[in-house]
Amino acid sequence: MKNIDQISKKIRKNILKISHAAKSAHIASSLSIVDLIVNIYFNFMQKNKRNIFILSKGHACLAQYCLLYELGYIKKKTLDTFGKNGTILMSHSSHKVPGVNLSTGSLGHGLPVSAGIALSKKIINKNGKVFVLLSDGELNEGSNWESLLFISHHNLNNLVIIIDYNKIQSLDFVNKTLKLQPLKKKFTSFGCKVLEIDGHNHKEIFKSLKNSSNRPLVIIANTIKGKGISFMENKVLWHYKPPNDHELKLGLEELNK
Amino acid sequence: MRNLFIDILVKEARLNEKIVLIVGDLGFNVVEPFKKEFPNRFFNAGVSEQSMIGIAAGLSMSGFKVFVYSIANFPTFRCAEQIRNDIDFHNLPVTIVSVGSGLGYGNLGYTHHGLQDYSLIRSLPNTLICSPLDNNELKSSLKYLFKNPQPSYLRLDKSLNIEIKSDKKNLYPGEWNLMSKQKNTKKLILSTGSTYNDCKKFLKKKELQFNWYSIPMWGMKVKTSQYKKLSMYNEIVTFENHIQDGGFGSWINEVLSVNKTKKKIFVQNKFINSKVIGKVGSENYLNKLYGPK
Repeated sequence: MKNIDQISKKIRKNILKISHAAKSAHIASSLSIVDLIVNIYFNFMQKNKRNIFILSKGHACLAQYCLLYELGYIKKKTLDTFGKNGTILMSHSSHKVPGVNLSTGSLGHGLPVSAGIALSKKIINKNGKVFVLLSDGELNEGSNWESLLFISHHNLNNLVIIIDYNKIQSLDFVNKTLKLQPLKKKFTSFGCKVLEIDGHNHKEIFKSLKNSSNRPLVIIANTIKGKGISFMENKVLWHYKPPNDHELKLGLEELNK
Repeated sequence: MRNLFIDILVKEARLNEKIVLIVGDLGFNVVEPFKKEFPNRFFNAGVSEQSMIGIAAGLSMSGFKVFVYSIANFPTFRCAEQIRNDIDFHNLPVTIVSVGSGLGYGNLGYTHHGLQDYSLIRSLPNTLICSPLDNNELKSSLKYLFKNPQPSYLRLDKSLNIEIKSDKKNLYPGEWNLMSKQKNTKKLILSTGSTYNDCKKFLKKKELQFNWYSIPMWGMKVKTSQYKKLSMYNEIVTFENHIQDGGFGSWINEVLSVNKTKKKIFVQNKFINSKVIGKVGSENYLNKLYGPK
């Protein structure tokens, strides 16, 4: 896990630097999912090529792009074009980027598509799991709940749904927007097995992702929006604000500690 | 037409194990033969169109050729963004089939009138519209789609079951399918979809002055290729069972408007009058009052 910790830290630094250079939004959303996606890619995607990952919360793509750089899918030269005119790295996940399966950005698309991929594996008895990462605010979208009915009915237990539960959405806290609680009960009532974990604890993340349930699996990952940079943590502001020069310096100092 | 569609799909599915059919809890007395013969490749997504289209995209990303079946506006407007982002943008082999074009479900009211679907679908760069006029064009469209799976929208008449004699065994996107031809005329009827009776009536009034072609497969990709053929005529009348806004006639108008030429071509669009919106009655009744004429 030590290696994974170091990679997560490196990715956080790159997110900060690129977000600053591109003056791009969604830095806190990206920082929130780093530990989850590093674990998914290093422990599951790299080791089994039949596994598939979909980032449904496409606005956190900077974390994914930085991770794909670490894995050699994207060159540094390309990564540095993020946010610039003519780049292939649109500021939401793009299937035109090597290593990305689905373009997302409008919320509520990733889960139905992932259900279709999981279903295709069932039809032809193909191994491999489908991991799909959703944001908590994204659960406002009805398409997710439509799909959950289908996922449960067809018992797509090769599907792992991870919720990045950082409790902040675009304009405000989730609790002040549309309450999600009791979230675990909601998913359980749809026929899923539900695990609740600390979404920044690599041991817990790994253990939950490894879980082989005979029902569709939902992992509610309790995370902190802006994780790793204390002045960004748990603040609505950092959903949109890009870091200025001073904030970049402070953030890097903290991550270098 | 819808039963013929399923018959053809069943035959193709016997040869191609990648064919999958998803229905949106619709298709009573139509889709059963497919379900019976291929229970493992038939799925009822329920009354959940957004989910249905996303699932179709996921299946097609994994190598399946997916047909989605529903009626009226449900598999288009209800899930417009799923079609735009998941299918069209990713260029996936999904064919969305909607039954009840135009005023086919006249008595069921505005919610079930297929009047604006062309406008939505023809703004998608990768999606091919297939709007057959008769059974032959349906067969040709499906033959083409089986050989060239791609994002596509198959728009079917609810009850029409006609077959116009044709020597053509194959049709291609953008191709004009000859219905009737006159010698040395510079007047043209272009139609798409279920417009046979309307065109016939028009021709009767105008005697034998017009060439008549149908375009069963069209869309953004074959738009620019239309001008050359259009420019052979002085007068063009278009027919469709859709409102004018965003429709087939407007598509032809757009082709002519972006090609700068000294030649003046007189164009007239025949379409369903938007005053039909909110009116209720049988297809015949509504067509008599508001149909293309």
